[in-house]
Amino acid sequence: MIRFQQVTKIYESANKTVKAVNNITFQVEEGQICVFLGPSGCGKTTLLRMVNRLIPITSGTIEVNGKEIHSLDPIALRRSIGYVIQQTGLFPNMTIEENICVVPNLLGWDRVKMKKRYNELMEMMGLNPDEYRKRYPWELSGGQQQRIGVARALAADPPVMLMDEPFGALDPIIRERIQNEFLRIQKDVKKTILFVSHDLDEAIKLGDTIALFRSGELMQHGTPDEILSQPKNEFVAEFVGSERALKRLSLFTMRDLVSRLNPADRKSAGKRDLRHTVHMDTNLRTALSVLLSSPTGEAAVVDDNGQISGVVSIADFERLTGIHPSERTSAVQ
Amino acid sequence: MEVILFLQDNWREMLQLTWEHLQLVGLAVGVAILTGVPFGIYIAQRESLANLVMAVAGIIMTIPSIALFGIMIPILSLIGQGIGFLPAFLALVLYSQLPIIRNTYIAIKNVNPEMRDAAIGMGMTAWERLTKVEIPLALPVIMAGVRTAVVLTIGIGAIAAYIGAGGLGEYIARGISTSYTTMVQAGALAVSILALAIDFLLGRIQKRLSSQTAKTS
Amino acid sequence: MRGKIAERLIRACLFLVVIAFLGWAFATGAFQFMLDNLDDLLHLLQQHLKLVGLSSLLAVVAAVPIGILVTRPRFKKFDWLAVNAANIGQTVPSLAILALVMTYLGIGYVTAVFALWLYSLLPILRNTIAGIESINPSIIDAGQGMGMTPSQILWKLEIPNALFAILAGIRTSIVINVGTAALAFLIGGGGLGDLIFTGISLNDTGIMLSGALPVTLLAILLDVVLGKMEKWIIPKGLQRHLET
Repeated sequence: MIRFQQVTKIYESANKTVKAVNNITFQVEEGQICVFLGPSGCGKTTLLRMVNRLIPITSGTIEVNGKEIHSLDPIALRRSIGYVIQQTGLFPNMTIEENICVVPNLLGWDRVKMKKRYNELMEMMGLNPDEYRKRYPWELSGGQQQRIGVARALAADPPVMLMDEPFGALDPIIRERIQNEFLRIQKDVKKTILFVSHDLDEAIKLGDTIALFRSGELMQHGTPDEILSQPKNEFVAEFVGSERALKRLSLFTMRDLVSRLNPADRKSAGKRDLRHTVHMDTNLRTALSVLLSSPTGEAAVVDDNGQISGVVSIADFERLTGIHPSERTSAVQ
Repeated sequence: MEVILFLQDNWREMLQLTWEHLQLVGLAVGVAILTGVPFGIYIAQRESLANLVMAVAGIIMTIPSIALFGIMIPILSLIGQGIGFLPAFLALVLYSQLPIIRNTYIAIKNVNPEMRDAAIGMGMTAWERLTKVEIPLALPVIMAGVRTAVVLTIGIGAIAAYIGAGGLGEYIARGISTSYTTMVQAGALAVSILALAIDFLLGRIQKRLSSQTAKTS
Repeated sequence: MRGKIAERLIRACLFLVVIAFLGWAFATGAFQFMLDNLDDLLHLLQQHLKLVGLSSLLAVVAAVPIGILVTRPRFKKFDWLAVNAANIGQTVPSLAILALVMTYLGIGYVTAVFALWLYSLLPILRNTIAGIESINPSIIDAGQGMGMTPSQILWKLEIPNALFAILAGIRTSIVINVGTAALAFLIGGGGLGDLIFTGISLNDTGIMLSGALPVTLLAILLDVVLGKMEKWIIPKGLQRHLET
């Protein structure tokens, strides 16, 4: 768990003082991803970098798993927190294996343990350990480099990770894929993650909660559904934009909807000729676009075994009012 | 302080030597610009040739100046010009080629391909593209090469006094051989100040050129 | 196609020039002089190598640590001073430095070593500072964020990543030093400059070339050897810079 209490950062220069982060109090539960969202210069990166003491705090306290960070040695603190940045920060003078083993090395692990950990992490990232072991960062594509960056942060199995726009520099298709992988990995490792982003869609997709900032102030902290359905003030409403109803749909999967379907429709499904189908795990935003392109306004829902388990129509979407996402969308599309 | 007294007594000769020095440097760099810039532009389109030229120029640069002077003398004495202005001039032209060719080559090669594309798209001929787009954009970098060349040749020009080319090195050479310390100091200081002053001046011009291209691009 | 022909032409011309030059040097008796005075030549060569070796070694030992020191946060305020001193010092002609040092320290071996040291210092200092400061800040940020101590950041990140620039500075400095050391004869430092200046003043091509040729070959040889050494020393991950 990470607890921010009245955290403030003031930059003083000769002629003015700037409150980069102003009196921020909230907490992130264990095993959750909290996305720091907001326009550039809103203080989200400053706040993130205060957690591992790369930026000194002006006043307030930050607790990581019950310990106030200023009671700890900064070097030891940083080694216990995973850190991923946008420009990857991979060390060009080291091989991929050496890069991933930086923190284990600093912590003095033995060779066998490091090698084992390297293999484990590479498998987890879907990269062949032996193929990349002796390669150097520049030989890898941007997406691969960023995977290595994430693996490196996970190396010493820290309970907490800080990620500063890690996927920001990737092109949309690669970013989408890495986000999905990242969610899959998070399901297993269950880290407490602070994740800086300026992209609302990314925040909705990845965040268990979203903390929205503006000029150093916390505007709202809540689940993506709360942010989208109950914006606290005008700034939040404007930031999430007029498409928020559509965006909210992407928080739900067909599974959420099917559980509320009419049992009669379920039976009759086999008899109809339905060329338009959607998978159970498809999010509702995508499903809606399938329905809209279907001439009958209906589509069959298919489960993991390819069996048709029901039929949905546009009208069914109305049932959504008042329900909330049953589980995180891991959006297999 | 003896240097100041020395200057009071010898300022005419000093000016004369400075002028000689500047003439030598100016002519050599002038010729190097006239040959090096077109050559740099020419090789900018020919990768493998450029690599060869850079390698050769690099080797020429590693030849110590006094050794190159030494090699020039007997070759030029075949046409009766062994000592004096000509060997010094030729050696300085050779030395100033590298920075000028290299900077021209790099500058032309690095002209933003989009601008080149735009120029082609607007229907410019190769010559128009070169004179209206590529050279103006490359000018600050070429100027930086010229600046390096000038500073380099002022220094080597001082050594040229030993092969009878005159210039401010004359005071250093004469002072050392007659153990006249003040004269050595006067010569060394004068040539150093000359190099620093011209470096500063060309730096200013270079800065102005690059701020102009920054505005237009 | 035209480029290829031009390239071959240039290669052939260069080859001819070198052959012609060596043949001509042979004709003027330079090689004869060298063979006849082999002991003297070797002695002067040894002197020359000593001058270059000692002054360059001292320059590396001084310039690299100073360069590292002024890039530490604590001494950052002296950074501009070191950079400007290095830039101004390199603008001053080598002969002027030698001459000025001589007027204060007198003629002799120590003067020569000191002057060469002073002049060799600057390219190394400048490249060390530039090399460390041009490291992508995200690399240092990542190192700090992962809990590296300042000395680990220096040894594991900054020095390996700046090594390319530092070694290039050392190489440039040594090659220039070979040439400047030829001038050391003028201030009593000895070396191969002895033969060159004697040859010039006696107007004897043989003597002059027997100094000029070894100095030239020494400079080119050192340049090549040091270039190869860069390839061994620089971390493999950074070697793509060398290919260009």
